[in-house]
Amino acid sequence: MEGKRSVRMCCLCNERRASLSRPKTLEQICRECFYLAFEDEIHQIIVSNRLFIRGDRVAIGASGGKDSTVLAYVLSKLNRIHDYGLHLFLLSVDEGITGYRDDSLETVHRNQIQYGLPLKVVSYKDLYGWTMDEIVKLIGLKNNCTFCGVFRRQALDRGAAFLKADKLVTGHNADDIAETVLLNILRGDIARLSRCSSIITGEDGPIPRCKPFKYTYEKEIVMYAYFKKLDYFSTECIYSPNAYRGFAREFIKDLERIRSPFSSLFILFVCLFVIHNHVIAYRPRAILDIIKSGENFRISTTTKMPEQGTCERCGYISSQKWCKACVLLDGLNRGLPKLGIGRSRVAIGCKEENESHGGKSIESKQCGSLDF
Amino acid sequence: MACNGAGGCQSGCYKDEETTCDQPTTAPSETDSKSSSNLCIKCKLNDVVSGYGGIDEGRFCADCFRSNLFGKFRLAVTSNAMISPTDKVLVAFSGGPSSRVALQFVHDLQERAHKNFEASRDRSLPVFGVGVVFIDESSVLPIPSHEMEEAVEVINLIVSSLAPPRKELHFVPIETVYSSDSSDGKERLIELMNVVSDPTGREDMLLSLRMVALQKVASEFGYNRIVLGSCISRIASHVISATVKGQGYSLPADIQYVDARWEIPVVLPLRDCFAQEINMYCRLDSLKTIKLSTCPSSSINSLVSSFVTLLQEENPSRESTIVRTAGKLIPFHFNRIPEIIDGNVPLATRRRQKRYNLKSNESVSSESFCPLCNSPLDKSEIVDWSNHNNCRSSDTFYTSCCSSCQFQILPSDSTSMEKFYTDLPHSMVARANKVNNDKLNALREQIQDCLLSDGEDET
Repeated sequence: MEGKRSVRMCCLCNERRASLSRPKTLEQICRECFYLAFEDEIHQIIVSNRLFIRGDRVAIGASGGKDSTVLAYVLSKLNRIHDYGLHLFLLSVDEGITGYRDDSLETVHRNQIQYGLPLKVVSYKDLYGWTMDEIVKLIGLKNNCTFCGVFRRQALDRGAAFLKADKLVTGHNADDIAETVLLNILRGDIARLSRCSSIITGEDGPIPRCKPFKYTYEKEIVMYAYFKKLDYFSTECIYSPNAYRGFAREFIKDLERIRSPFSSLFILFVCLFVIHNHVIAYRPRAILDIIKSGENFRISTTTKMPEQGTCERCGYISSQKWCKACVLLDGLNRGLPKLGIGRSRVAIGCKEENESHGGKSIESKQCGSLDF
Repeated sequence: MACNGAGGCQSGCYKDEETTCDQPTTAPSETDSKSSSNLCIKCKLNDVVSGYGGIDEGRFCADCFRSNLFGKFRLAVTSNAMISPTDKVLVAFSGGPSSRVALQFVHDLQERAHKNFEASRDRSLPVFGVGVVFIDESSVLPIPSHEMEEAVEVINLIVSSLAPPRKELHFVPIETVYSSDSSDGKERLIELMNVVSDPTGREDMLLSLRMVALQKVASEFGYNRIVLGSCISRIASHVISATVKGQGYSLPADIQYVDARWEIPVVLPLRDCFAQEINMYCRLDSLKTIKLSTCPSSSINSLVSSFVTLLQEENPSRESTIVRTAGKLIPFHFNRIPEIIDGNVPLATRRRQKRYNLKSNESVSSESFCPLCNSPLDKSEIVDWSNHNNCRSSDTFYTSCCSSCQFQILPSDSTSMEKFYTDLPHSMVARANKVNNDKLNALREQIQDCLLSDGEDET
């Protein structure tokens, strides 16, 4: 119908030329309208979920990657425009991975200046006495993500405590959360399944965490960073093959791509006309639908859930006698790095950790950072 | 046998027995030293068979494998009170391996009950009746007619070759869902399906229609249970695809042993059996199955099922992990066979209603259902009718459907929607109207005492 017109106008403002098709809605809009829509959506989520209270000290988990960079940029902008009255900080974890984290930390240092936000870096070396490089040298490329994930979780909390932060925000996006919902079903992790899709977690703990990007598509974050020319670092971690999560990610990508069973040429043809009429089976909702399912799961109250306590050694929250970080660290220091990984029983009086019912092959690839 | 009671002697006897039966078998075949580890873990006599996947892969010999699989079926039946002696059971038979095994097991169960009946003196426990139904979907699926004829022949043969008691066989075309409202059912069905453009939507729509057809046959011929052959692999796929379609709320309703939200309760006795085990069973007993050729599908359902199959290949307990995880979600109040309170039912039948793992104290009751797929509606999906007073019935229908059906099945423009609505079978429209009328009646009850004339019924 409108196929002949060469210049398509933005369907929101109808003033400027449309320059992109918004991944979430497939609307053809201009950049300015995209920025506005993107920022407004996050503002609405912050307000409707009451993520912050005026005067809160908020630590932004900043890795230097696209998600956290856009998060820092958008949060500081919204804080300014809508006058949230928040004190924002950047909080970075230095895992000690040469060729990866040192480069991305430089980005965070630049962001500190660009956005005028104070930065705190906590390093594995200082907290645990080990860098990831040293750990990988000892245990190899298998299970290293378990160490990194467990240590990072605690490092972020310790850094936030140092900053006297009231909230910790992370850049987990809708794609990440949808993947986690699926992975937790596949692994049978009912405890994590029940909490992984909530926007605020750890409210009973010392520092609640929230995910303002819970409903934001990764693609839109990339788009925002790209058009705003934000300074971010984009490389995969050199130690992380992270196969299982990648598997789920591929699956979700396939889901989004699902179309009618026509030949590819026909699809091209159909797409040109049909996308504008919103009749195709392209399912940009797949991600949001998975999150919706995750929110609507009602877990049986008779299901045994791990009890929350504190670690006898370091005082961190733990469902066992010792927290996972202490178990892993103890293993490292005693030269038994396999301690606390997988099915093996831990010799120091800690019982089996709760995530051991998954299959063998998952354990070899599991990544400890599944939990937010 | 005698020394089993005395604890001290037991181990000695067992060892004796083992050595006596082990030596003759291992001695001649010295060459394969592994053979002792390849013995069935249950009977410790025969060599294991392998290739049936699942958690028990390579642990049982053929006989123990069979009895193990049947054991899973029987446990599901008895512990959920699926079949009691006075029941009349309708097996939904597609010709595929799962429903073939379901038919076989139901038949075996019936045969045993029949033997007991013959042997018992007072003959107080009657034998449950069994019927078989095949739904012919060739009017909406591209199935070659010669294949269909062949399938009908094979099914006739399968059912008639089962030992007595005789089982009634019903061949039912899918357009039977219209049989009560008009004679041009086939045309209307084709029109209806043509409105649905999305492949996933078409599959899901057909699934709902199939259930309507099954219910119809069951109630017409006086059956009071419908047996589906859904196995754990199928249910695992359903868990993932329901999650992906945003049906997290209604998901627990579909994956339990019993689903009594329908007029005739539906039971899933093969819920604990893996697809590979079922295939193996068919192979071992050379049970004949049929596979109708359909064109490859690009729906969410088929993507999910190939994803789950891949996961299962990589880890043989994956499917059961998925189903176990979803099993921890709270089921609905209708996920159990309704208790018999009627005093006319024989005591023996009531006594048979054992319920081991029914947690009645913890379930969700839901009053609203999607008229299309009959899944329970979440609070956010239930429409407030106070501001929907004067809209067309097709719009009313649209809004009373669950959000997944709205997106996946229902057309978005109102002219197609109206077309769709007029072509819907009466039973689905009635479902929507019933919901609305029930709501009105409930409202009316609340204000009953303030109404002046009782007979006034303007709606």
